[in-house]
Amino acid sequence: MTTAEHTWTESTTEIAGGSVRYLQSGSGPAAVVLHHSSGNPGWGPFHEALAQRFTVTVPDLPGYGQSARPAWAREPRDIAILMDRFIAEISPDPVTLVGLGFGGFIAAELATMHQEGLHALVLVGAAGLRPDEGEILDQMLIDYPEYVGAGFRDEAHFHEIFGEEPTKEIKELWDFSREMTARLSWSPYMFNRHLPHLLPTVETPTLVVAGSAEAVIPVTCARQYAAALPNATLEIVEGAGHSVDLEEPEALAGLIAKHAGV
Amino acid sequence: MFIGYFTERPYQDPDSGYFGSTGRDIQDLGMSNSAYNPRLGAELYNRYLDEKVYAEEMGFDGIMLNEHHSTPFCMGGVVNVEAAILARITKKVKIVILGNVLPIWDDPLWLAEELAEIDMISRGRLVTGWVRGTGRESVAHNAQAPFNWERFQEAHDFIIDAWTRPGPFRWEGEHYNYRYVNPWARPYQDPHPQIWIPGIMSRNTVAWTARHRYPYVMLATEMEPTLKSYEYYSEVAKEEGYEAQTQHRSYLFKVHVDETEELADAAARKYVEGPSNPFLEGNQGIVRPYIQNLPGMTSRTNLLPTVTSFAAARSRGREAAHEEITGQKADEEAVKAADQFGTYESQKERMSIITGTPKTVIPKIRHVLEYLRPGSIFFWDGDGAMDHDDSMRSLRLMGEEVIPATREMAKEFDLKGPFEMDTHTNQPIEEAVPAGGS
Repeated sequence: MTTAEHTWTESTTEIAGGSVRYLQSGSGPAAVVLHHSSGNPGWGPFHEALAQRFTVTVPDLPGYGQSARPAWAREPRDIAILMDRFIAEISPDPVTLVGLGFGGFIAAELATMHQEGLHALVLVGAAGLRPDEGEILDQMLIDYPEYVGAGFRDEAHFHEIFGEEPTKEIKELWDFSREMTARLSWSPYMFNRHLPHLLPTVETPTLVVAGSAEAVIPVTCARQYAAALPNATLEIVEGAGHSVDLEEPEALAGLIAKHAGV
Repeated sequence: MFIGYFTERPYQDPDSGYFGSTGRDIQDLGMSNSAYNPRLGAELYNRYLDEKVYAEEMGFDGIMLNEHHSTPFCMGGVVNVEAAILARITKKVKIVILGNVLPIWDDPLWLAEELAEIDMISRGRLVTGWVRGTGRESVAHNAQAPFNWERFQEAHDFIIDAWTRPGPFRWEGEHYNYRYVNPWARPYQDPHPQIWIPGIMSRNTVAWTARHRYPYVMLATEMEPTLKSYEYYSEVAKEEGYEAQTQHRSYLFKVHVDETEELADAAARKYVEGPSNPFLEGNQGIVRPYIQNLPGMTSRTNLLPTVTSFAAARSRGREAAHEEITGQKADEEAVKAADQFGTYESQKERMSIITGTPKTVIPKIRHVLEYLRPGSIFFWDGDGAMDHDDSMRSLRLMGEEVIPATREMAKEFDLKGPFEMDTHTNQPIEEAVPAGGS
């Protein structure tokens, strides 16, 4: 995809013996976006909006999309370690790290290990904590289009983005991604009991975002993140579901830029 | 020829509101156990055990048990308990577990101990079988689906070691770790009970089974794809340097015998319309393909020819593969209809179920034996909504007429089972001398 302002590039690098593919575009301070458990469907409006203010890097998490599967990896923390090495490779300066959903889980894990590499942290509909109320929607017990669809404020909006019938390529991406997710986060599903004990050590300024119509990760998780992290602010995006990046790309990019002081 | 008897032991409760054609369809993993009545469960467990004992009296060589979880079509969640009871209350018959779901065991040493105990209590009558399970089993016991195949293989290797390698020893595997393997229970049979592997559509499993020279039991699959799967087994065997023979081929199929054709039809209708395993050919119920095909559970391309059967493909969550291979789209109307696998009549026509009097059933069994050439078979009966009387009439007629006729046909076709011919050496097995003397 090209626009008047930007053309994104596709590159690969090797981390711990496995290739990592990433898309890159924009100018300004570095921002890295970690995708949902359903994989990265490509360079989209959110990335484009962010690229107006940042040099944006969007890797396929190891084992997802075009990045090699680390067959040894058993938990999100393993991916966080790889992503930390990846960030060191692509940016000499601390970055603004944006994690979407499952990517938010990875970003939070990464922050507990190496906050020095981060300028700012943004967790959007982030998994990783056991909700005080309600349950995280279990994608293993429903069909993958149904799961992705649950990330939208309503069905119509899902179809607006992915069409009446999602393309074969997109469905393959979801199916394939689900397998890697099952390798990394099965039991407990989508949270780590250790995280609440480590989050208070993360001084990084953090923006915690959740859609008001969130139906995948209970909004209470966003509140728990905001309470556990010493320098966090909470932003609820009215009318958005779990996939704030797909539903309100401009608004989310604006919040992130403001948070990072860009 | 080894002739076994199998019932899936469905939870039959006409009052539950879920009872095949008489009630709401059972949706896989979609039914609350608040409907479960333990008083009824008690009656059913005891009834099924009684029927197994009668099957021994009627001359069957083996009684087969299976295991499923969180589902009303099979009450064998803890199949080893049933096997242990049968080990004590039967005398001669082989107790065939097809099979324990290996990948869902987090502690396979416990399984090795249980099976060794069953083998000892039965004085060497256990035939052990291991499966990977459907998605249902992985969901029910929260076994990580992408590692299903790895765990199956490692648990297998580990149990064989636990049975045969002098302890204590240490086991540091990819999925299992033990600091002290030294079970104080060893199998009665030397070196261990025969291992038979049942399955439907995974090429990986067939190839693995052939490499281990274990008998492969095709579970109620249609005839032609069953034959193709045996042929695939033979190909792998050839690569391994041996010839697959009848003792390597096993087949489970539905047979119900009755006193008249009318009684047979009435009972067999209850069979196919009652609560039954929806992932096997000819049965009813609604499966959820995405649960059957959990992420990473099986390879997306390694499918056996049985995928050409829409029933098997759909229930395994492989509609796309079915369409790719056969060029046929799912019949949406048929899928929606309660009877997605065809009417009872069409099932009878296709021989998905063999029913009738001994006079009409025996020629059909002859056709199965001649076409597939299995060395061991299992008659699957007493299922769905059939009642105790239906089962007992059939068992009696099997004993009086069908089993003797089947043995004669097996002789005619030279079909030798795994207790006549050693599957590892392809040599005749001499009559085993029981441990401790005559």
